[in-house]
This record gives sequence, structure tokens and C-alpha cells, in this order.
Amino acid sequence: MNKDENNYQNWRLAVDADGLAWATLDKAGESTNSLSSAVMDELALILDRLDSSPPRGLIFRSGKSAGFIAGADIQEFTQLDTAAKGVALVERGWQLFNRLAAVTYPTLALVRGHCLGGGLELALACRYLLAVDEPTTRLGLPEVMLGIVPGWGGMLRLPARIGPQAALDMMLTGKSLDAKRAKRAGLADDCVPARVMDNAAALLVLADQPRRRPALLQRLLNGGPLRPLVARAARKQVGKRARIEHYPAPYAIIELWEKHQGNALAAPELIDRLVRSPTARNLVRVFFMQERLKGFGKASNFQAKRVHVVGAGVMGGDIAAWCALRGLTVTLQDQGMERIAPALQRAYAAYAKRIRDPYELRSAMDRLIPDPEGHGARSADVVIEAIFENLEAKRALLEQLDAVIKPDAVLATNTSSLRIEDLNSCLSRPGRLIGIHFFNPVAKMPLVEVVAADGADAETLARGTAFVKQIDRLPLPVKSAPGFLVNAVLGPYMLEAMRAVDEGLALETVDEAMLAFGMPMGPIELVDMVGLDVAMAAGKSLAGGNAEPPRCLVEHYNAGHLGKKAGRGFYQYRAGKVAKGVPGTVPAGLAERLLAPLLDQTQKLVSDGVVADADLADAGVIFGTGFAPFTGGPLHYMRNRSA
Amino acid sequence: MEFQPVYVVDGARTPFLKGRNAPGPFSASDLALQAGRALLIRQCFAPTDLDEVILGCASPSPDEVNIGRVVALRLGCGHKVPGWTVMRNCASGMQALDSAIANIQNGRSQLVLAGGVDALSHAPLLYSEAMVRWFAQMMQARTLGQKVGVFAKLRPAQLLSPVIGLLKGLTDPNIGLLMGQTAENLAWRFDISRHDMDQFSVGSHQRAVAARAVGHFGEVVPLVDGKGTVYSEDDGVRADSNLNSLSKLKPFFDRRYGRVTPGNSSQITDGAAWLILASQAAVDHWQLEPLGRISDSQWAGLDPAQMGLGPVHAATPILQRNGLALEDIDLWEINEAFAAQVLACLAAWESDDYCRDQLGLPQALGALPRGRLNVDGGAVAVGHPVGASGARIVLHLLHAMRQAKVRRGVAAICIGGGQGGAMLIETTA
Repeated sequence: MNKDENNYQNWRLAVDADGLAWATLDKAGESTNSLSSAVMDELALILDRLDSSPPRGLIFRSGKSAGFIAGADIQEFTQLDTAAKGVALVERGWQLFNRLAAVTYPTLALVRGHCLGGGLELALACRYLLAVDEPTTRLGLPEVMLGIVPGWGGMLRLPARIGPQAALDMMLTGKSLDAKRAKRAGLADDCVPARVMDNAAALLVLADQPRRRPALLQRLLNGGPLRPLVARAARKQVGKRARIEHYPAPYAIIELWEKHQGNALAAPELIDRLVRSPTARNLVRVFFMQERLKGFGKASNFQAKRVHVVGAGVMGGDIAAWCALRGLTVTLQDQGMERIAPALQRAYAAYAKRIRDPYELRSAMDRLIPDPEGHGARSADVVIEAIFENLEAKRALLEQLDAVIKPDAVLATNTSSLRIEDLNSCLSRPGRLIGIHFFNPVAKMPLVEVVAADGADAETLARGTAFVKQIDRLPLPVKSAPGFLVNAVLGPYMLEAMRAVDEGLALETVDEAMLAFGMPMGPIELVDMVGLDVAMAAGKSLAGGNAEPPRCLVEHYNAGHLGKKAGRGFYQYRAGKVAKGVPGTVPAGLAERLLAPLLDQTQKLVSDGVVADADLADAGVIFGTGFAPFTGGPLHYMRNRSA
Repeated sequence: MEFQPVYVVDGARTPFLKGRNAPGPFSASDLALQAGRALLIRQCFAPTDLDEVILGCASPSPDEVNIGRVVALRLGCGHKVPGWTVMRNCASGMQALDSAIANIQNGRSQLVLAGGVDALSHAPLLYSEAMVRWFAQMMQARTLGQKVGVFAKLRPAQLLSPVIGLLKGLTDPNIGLLMGQTAENLAWRFDISRHDMDQFSVGSHQRAVAARAVGHFGEVVPLVDGKGTVYSEDDGVRADSNLNSLSKLKPFFDRRYGRVTPGNSSQITDGAAWLILASQAAVDHWQLEPLGRISDSQWAGLDPAQMGLGPVHAATPILQRNGLALEDIDLWEINEAFAAQVLACLAAWESDDYCRDQLGLPQALGALPRGRLNVDGGAVAVGHPVGASGARIVLHLLHAMRQAKVRRGVAAICIGGGQGGAMLIETTA
């Protein structure tokens, strides 16, 4: 191959014996490719050079093992404070990719691993897209999750390539496709194993056959007259999940596609609105907080292979299933196979929904080993206690485990209400016990609190945090204190909501106040979800026993309405679905009133040092409770409100 | 050459699940996986520390022909632990043990996971030869006319009468006899009555029920399926088994006129059994506490039409070689393929003619004390997942010997096609 004599910082360009140019993106100083302005500028230079001596074809590929291109450089989004800057950013990619799409020679993107946002927009600007059939290959336009729009041609080319319905679905939800689905949808021209990808890429480009077009119906829907119909349906869908005042981006995507051929430059007022709304800034902020949490897991290079979980109830069983899904070999202990079997059943049902390859599904189940006698503890790298919340039972168990586990194993408790200091005193080294506190449902809640008691062993904490990162959860370091961060913050909030019910407000009205604020679930429904028994017990220990519990809680509790799990709590549940009435008019200031105790408590926990700083508290409350992400978190919200 | 003993470190088996005319809840590799991982997690070494995995299986499914390797990988033994499959019909599990013994004795391996499995309820239905020829013609037909022509030759009767794979497996391929018919041969030869067979069978169930009640099946580890159903016991054992109900069953193999019925035969079942075998060096290295050791083994061949006497032909040389009489053996496990067949083995040893003509002995070897035979029941009650049984009887014999605090036992099994296998077992305590 002839190497290009130009010296690019981020690209390698070579022409092979067939006259094909191979442009390899290998962004300097990073493990992942993103489309920074430097990368884009160099791409323009490459196109200049190829204009002067056109190759037989051009193939884009990645020089990173992590994937193709993760998207735009999100760091650059943080500087978007004026509409002019927003327009300039859009313009850069829109024009460059239009130029790429117009070159005379055939082009192809060889996609292996993630191909997201701007990365997919680059790939869409190529004539062909070849996806490598590996589990890590994902193609998507997740811009909406950062409160922005796919303005570099995604809104133009994705609907044209796969039809507007599928394209809008991807752009409005941020959902990505794997290689096989990408081929089926018509996004990828082919889906091949890695061993033939180079040959396949070269053959596709050299053959330069016309692409397969989307079905006639999809082409009609993407044409002028029928667009409003599709747009209306899409708006209705989005309306169910996101209110325009909270999340303007999805509505902007629909409008740009419907009226402007996906060209954001044609509607600068829309870009202006997005850039000015705090949502995009806050969502980018949330993105970086997420990166910060992930970073905690990198403090140790500990890699667990074997996990032992004691307690096969909902939490323990789901923790074990999650770890096995993430590739670890897990032994799950409880008193007898009959107690473990329901956890295996839940795991099987959950895996069957997620995993389509029957061999992969089988090996995930093979890794989840029922262990009624607890033999697996001896060889485990991480041992998690998740039995019922009883001090004596937990102490006895931990003492037994302490005697048999490996000296350097991470010993953790999933307790939510007991003090680690009360649990660890029976151990050979009290400092070896840490809290690894998961939230329910484990597979859906990204946050895990890593709890340090006084005198906790630093190395064990680092390993525990690395383990949480290893299983793709976000570790939040917290100090041992009642309720840690998340439950301590939710307690007073739910309490206040129940007091409002005691004052005569309808359940639905109380919940609606917070849904309108942007919470994923109302506080009363949340109590049902947590369980009224848990709320009663937690209320006693968290409130210190001096406060009278809400009347409505006591009444339902005494009537045996224990929440969603019992089919009845504050609400009735049919087949796991809540039956809610129509909310009444929400009294002015109700949301602020319900929120106040949550905000105060978050502030207090930061002052008390339970969580290291305000940003981490915001991250914890967002990822642990679903607190409206567009606000940037409770403390951020409080600061902005008073500003 | 001196037989260098090989240690049995530990073992486990699944409950044996009776076939109920439809594929059971577990495939063969599922069964072997669940028993194997329960066994391996309680060891002080990791699955990756094994030198090899050997699995006996008489009827692996077409997608798992080398089921030994499939299960080794599923057990997390890693890419580097070899896995293979052995087949000697009903003694496939015992063959796996013997292959492990051979490799340990010649120094190729130190620590081996060996056992047997079969999921007979998953035995396939096969197309007849005529149907296969029809498919081949259809594949070759090029034009529409040719295709129509071939299609016209289809005989629905052939399509709808598949060959039952299980019956093929249980039929001797040289003499065309069903295994049950070879048992009828023995009943005829040694004059074993229907009543004796049924009584033996009731005893098998009663012993199994009694053993279960006092927890003598410690080697059984429960199975769980994806629906959360737990299978913790052999489900063919009947506490209500009695002579009256058994006597009502019709002869199955020689219909109307025979004596062998489903009630006095072993049951068609799905199950797996594993043992961990180790050299002296491995025992020392891992500081293992073995259940016992295998001190001798023997294979023998005989007339396929008399295959049920295989245990006699295999066990006798072991006794002779070790200078032991029948009564020197504290406990016996003779696999109960058929009640008639076990009773025939006892009769053969008691017969001057048989011992002289067939074993080259001067006279009858003697009477095997009935109280020492299959003390916790046998395959008539717990079932006979063909490939697993040889491993099961060795494992259970060790447990029973430790329970009874005795030293010496023999496990023996008859093999379709006219063979027998036997092993001499000693406890180390």
C-alpha cells in the first residue's frame, strides 16, 4: 500500500494495489474515536487530496479496538452558549458530510463496534455501510439523550435509508441497532464476521452496485404529502414520554424532518431554542457526571471472575443474575434449592428477553449456579450478602463468611437500613466489610452505592468500586449513614407526599404534581414500588422514631396493602400494571412543597460529607431515583432556581 | 502388572427422571452440566485444574455428538481442558471411569472428571430409509415436471411411521433381539418365574424408598429448570409398588407369552452421574480426602443373546485375581437392567454347569448373600439412563459402603451386545 505523505494527527490514509483508499481513524491520545473539530478538519483535507486524484473507492474504518466512532466530541458541546456557536457546530458537519456524500467515487464505512451519533452520520454519508457481526457493534443516533439533534445529516439520510418510521423511532428514543438488525432494517448493506470484513468491504466498493432502496410505502411516507401524518403519530408517541417544556429536542427532530428535510440550518430558531434551553446543557452535564462515576471504577485494576451472593430473594437473586449476565461465574446461596429456584426462573425470563442467541442464553444460565450449601464462597473474588434485614442474622452470616472466604476477597453487604459499623465488628478485620448497595430493579437501575464505614479498608473499597464498574453499573462512593444517599433523600420526599394525602389530596393529584415536574414516577406510586412494609420500617429507623407515620400509610399497612408486590398498596395493581384514576387540578406550589424536603436533605448530606460534593449528590439522585435529568440534579436545580 | 489404585475424590448425580413419552425437561448436556457444576463448586480446586473430562453417553443428540467436550466447556473448565465421549452402551459411564483410570495409571492425567449421561426421553424419531431416498430424489429433481413426478411417489404411510430411535438403540444389531428378549432368554434358561421377578422388583422399590427415608442418596443433587421447577428425587421410585399390581402388567417384549414386563424391567429415564478420579499425586497435591479407591476393573464378552450375564463374566476374574470369594465382598451393586437378568446372574454363580462350562471353574462359585446386593434398590426402581448407570452404581456403592462402614465392594453391569463390566472398590477409611 502507498502511504499518504501527508501527516495527519488522527487519520491514516493508504491506497492499496486495487486503487482503493483506506482512511483509518485513530484519534490521537484517546482510546475511543470521536469527531472533534481537529478530526473533522483533517477529514476535509483528506477529501481535498482525493479530489485531486480520485481513488477507485474510499473505505472508512477505525484504528481503535473499542469501536468505530462514538460520536461528536461532547466536550465541545459544553461551550455552546450562543445560538451562533450552535449554528457553526451544525454547519461544520452538515457541509462536510454533504461533501462526502457527493464525491464521485464509491465510499463505504466499515463499522465494527459502536457507531453512534456523528459516527453514524459519517457512515450514512458513505454510499455503503458494512456492519461487522459482533455483540459490541451498535449503530444509533442518541443525540436526543443529550438534548440535541442529529444535525450532521442524520435527520436527512437515516429516514431516506430505512424509512421515516424506523428512523424517527431511533432518533427520538436514542435506541441503537446491532449488526444483524441494522442489515434487516436496510441501514447496513451487509453484516459479516470480522474474518472477512476487509475483503467484503473491498468487494462491495469495487462492485459499486446500486443500494437496496427502502420499501415503496416507506419511500412514500418520506415524501412530502404524507409527512405530516407520520409526524403527528411520532409527536403522539413522544408526548407519552417527554413533555416539550422539559425535553424540546425530540419535538425539534420531528419538525426538522417534517418541514426542513432534516436540515437544521434551515431553521436556526429551532437550534437557538435548543441551545438556550437549559435542558441540553443539563443533559450534557449529566453525561459528564456519568463519566465521572465510571472513572471511580478505574482506581483499581481488580477484575472479578467469581461472585458469591447469599440470599436469593428479589435483590440477591437479581444481583446474582445481573453478574452472570455480565460474564461472571456466580454462585447463589440460600436455604435450599426451593428458595433459589424462583431466582433462577426470574433470571431465565429476563435473559430470554435480552439475549437472542440461544447459546449465549444457555451460557448465561450455566454461569448462574445454585449453591444451597454455600460452597462457592471459598473461591469467590466478591462475596455479597443480601439476606433479610436482620442484624443478628447478618452478623452471624458475615462471621461465617469471614472464616472461609479468600483473604483478599471483597466482602460486601447490600443492606439498606443497617449500619455497617454494627455489622463489621464480628469480623477478623472490620475494615474488610464494605457496602455495595444496589437498587430495585437491579437490571434497570444504573446506580450502585459503594459504602465506606469508618476505618474501611481503602483497597477493598477500590476493588468493590472496580467490581461495580466491571458489571456496567455506576459506582457512587458514599459514607456509612442511615439510608446512605438515595434512600435518605427519598424518605422525606415520600413522607411529605403521604402527608399531602393525609391532608385530603387525591393520590393521583399528588403523583401528577411530580410527573409534571419531570419525575419518572409519582412519589405515592414509588411507595407502592418500594413496599409499604419497607416504608414503615425505614420510616422508623430513618426518622429516628420521633415522627408520627402518615395516617394513610398506617391504614394501608394495617389492611395488608403492602404495595405493588402484594397487588395492592395505595393503588391497585392488575398483572403488575397500576390502575390510576384521573388526577385533579394540582394546587399551585405542590411540586415545590413536595420537593423541598428532598432538596434540603440532599444539601444536608453533602454538608455532612455522606457524599463528597454537590455534583456527586446530583449524579446519585438522578441515577438512583430517576430525578428529572433535564434539571441537572436536585442541587443544580436549587441553585438555578434561586439564581 | 499390579493395578495401581485410583482414588474417587467425590461424585454427584442428578435425580433420574422417568421418560413420559415426550422429551423431558433437560437435554443430556443440561443434566451433565447441573450435576457437574454442583460437584465442582464444592471442590478445593477450580474446574480449570482438571486434566480432562470424560463422559459416557450411549445416545448423544446429533448436535452434541462429542458431548464430553460440550459439557466440559459449559462447566467452565476452559478451552485448555480436553473433553471426550466414550460409548459402550449400558456401561458407557463405567467406561468413562475406566478410561480415566487408564490415563491416570499411565501418567497422562492426575485429576479427571468422569461420568455418564443419557436423556433417553430425547431419543429422536428417524426417517425410514425409504423416506430418505425420497428426499434425495426430491433434492435432485430440477424441473417442475420432475418434482411433480417425485412428489407423486410419496407414500404418506412412510412419512407418518418414523423409526423410533430408542427402540433401535435397545435392539441388538447382530441378532435383532430386543434387550428384554435377551432377559426372557435368561428367565427360560435358569427357570426364573414371573413371581420371582416381580418380587425382586417390589424389593428394589422398597429398598429405594427406605434408603431415601434415611437419607442414603446423598450423592443426588437437585435439578432446576428455567421455569423454576425443582426436581430433587428419582421420580420412578414407587412407595406403593406391590406384587398384586405388578402381576397385572402384560409382558412387553415377548407379548402374551413372556414374563418380562415394564414393571420388572429398569425404567427408561434421563439422568447424569459424575465422579472425580485422582492419582495419589493429585490427592497429595490438593490434600484431598477421597471417598475410596477403585482397585481393579474388568471387561468381558459373551453371547449377545445372554447379555444379562455380563456381570458374572466380568466380576469373576476380579475375584479370582484378588483371591476373593463371593462372600468376601461386603456390598454388591449389580445394575438391574431387568429383574430376571440379576436373578440369572445369581443363579449362574450357583450353577455347577454354568461355572464349569462358561467360566472354566471346577464348580459353582457359590451364593451371593442377597442382603449385600443392591441394598438401596436398583435401576428397576430408580431408573436406567443407559450411559449414566455404570457411574451411578460405582458412586452409590461407595456411599453405601461408607454408610455401612465396610471395606470392599463390587459394582457390575451388563451391556447390550453381549458384554459385562465390573469394578472392585475399596474405602480408604
